[in-house]
Amino acid sequence: MPDASELYQSVILDHNRAPRNYRPMEGADRQAEGYNPMCGDQLKVWLKLDGDRIADVSFQGSGCAISKASASLMTTAVKGKTRAEAQRVFESFHRMVTGQGGPTDDMPARLAVFAGVRAFPTRVKCATLSWHALKSALETPDPAK
Amino acid sequence: MTLSSTRDRTVVESAPAGLDLARLRSEFPILRTRVHGKPLVYLDNAATSQKPRTVVEAEADFSLLENANVHRGVHALSQRATAAYDRAREEVRTFLGASHASEIVFTAGTTAAINLVAQSYARPRLRSGDEILLTGMEHHSNIVPWQLVAQATGARIRVIPVTGSGELDLAGLNEVLTERTRLVALAHVSNVLGTVNPVRQIADRAHAVGATVLVDGAQAVPHIRVDLEALGADFYAASGHKMFGPTGIGFLYGRAALLDAMPPWQGGGGMIQNVTFEETTYAPVPAKFEAGTPPIAQAIGLGAAVRWLRSLDWSAVEAHEADLLAYATERLADVPGVRLIGTATEKVSMVSFVVDRVHPHDVGTVLDLQGIAVRASHHCAQPLMRHFGVAGTVRASFAAYNTRAEVNALIDGLLEVRKVFA
Repeated sequence: MPDASELYQSVILDHNRAPRNYRPMEGADRQAEGYNPMCGDQLKVWLKLDGDRIADVSFQGSGCAISKASASLMTTAVKGKTRAEAQRVFESFHRMVTGQGGPTDDMPARLAVFAGVRAFPTRVKCATLSWHALKSALETPDPAK
Repeated sequence: MTLSSTRDRTVVESAPAGLDLARLRSEFPILRTRVHGKPLVYLDNAATSQKPRTVVEAEADFSLLENANVHRGVHALSQRATAAYDRAREEVRTFLGASHASEIVFTAGTTAAINLVAQSYARPRLRSGDEILLTGMEHHSNIVPWQLVAQATGARIRVIPVTGSGELDLAGLNEVLTERTRLVALAHVSNVLGTVNPVRQIADRAHAVGATVLVDGAQAVPHIRVDLEALGADFYAASGHKMFGPTGIGFLYGRAALLDAMPPWQGGGGMIQNVTFEETTYAPVPAKFEAGTPPIAQAIGLGAAVRWLRSLDWSAVEAHEADLLAYATERLADVPGVRLIGTATEKVSMVSFVVDRVHPHDVGTVLDLQGIAVRASHHCAQPLMRHFGVAGTVRASFAAYNTRAEVNALIDGLLEVRKVFA
């Protein structure tokens, strides 16, 4: 039987209270929005690219502790990574939160705090909302650029 | 099971005279279930209520012993099914105090009932310059169907605003309810706030300018003894599954003259009188609006639910629900950081609230882990959420079978929420 502390680990609560890279970004190369119509959670992800590398990443939005902490930890996990590396982190993270297997070495160990999400199927979308936005930002060139 | 028996004992102690809560609860086997190892505390009745044994048995008995199509066969079973289906309609008629059973159209639910009125009554009648008046506390199902009509006809949607306490602000009613208003659609009871709206007062003003009134009764029927005559509604819609009946069935009440004048919305079997390739004449109401094989077992289940509702001692039920509301409101005031959304004078037994610095979904998850089922969302009422400046709320909605002990469980659960997110 899952309990609250398994889902709401202290790292998650900390990132929920004080999300990292929580700011709009001036002169971003890419941006994308994530929206979950089921619960109304929405956030925006901004990226600055240096060639193939994510030079800077930030986000802002409103949502539950899981979605906010996940977005915050995501920014710390993909900053400095290439697109392909970021994609592999997402894939590993996704497998973990959907219960399709343990995380691989591609995923920074601190993201393992979200492993408890797999016991809460309705919260998987919260944990992956920012990741989907990041993916979309990486795949969609900004028409203004 | 220790906790359960404590709860059961409290039940008996807190029940007002005339309501045997232990017996009432025993009619709902699901109330004895456990989730996450804890006794279920089901406070999501506004989403869907639980079903008493008699409802499920009525459906099952029909399916197992009497199943046949209605209005079709000359054989005995079909005639029995038709009689049972008609009896269910008669139950709903009696329940609402309608004059004729033909004024009750079975639909898939409230949403389908509202869409039927929108497409069959409003859409052919409204023109550019006409207005549809809604309220700021409507469920999306009483907004979107009218937007579809407005887009198709050029009619305009206007809105009665909501006050800070969650009541309709009728001060400026004359500005929004005018000679241009053709239709007023409003909730009898708000699905978020529990506010009971002054339907009669608004209906009288609407009728004075020649407008027709549709009332969304989905949240009223489980709590209030509806009297159509007193209410002044031209149309009244509700869902079976929110009034202790099955899903997939609901009804639309419509004044006979209005229903008679409406063209069918969906065509098919059962709704015709005579069909040629040149022309079809339609069956009289209500069959005209019930194309295809209806949800027969569900209608029979709804009939059983209405019979069950009518068997309750309503003054005792109302006293009990008022007590639950007052007790929950009082206890919530003691939980730090909890803010009630919706403090209308006239409310049914539900409480909507937010917890300072904790998202409603996180509240919902922590409560769920303690066996407590609440709804945490925008409740399909996003305009109302914007009005209150919140993304969503937590809603605990009570039914006649809930207890003070379950309110206590909710409060303990919220204290746990405060602890997790300290």
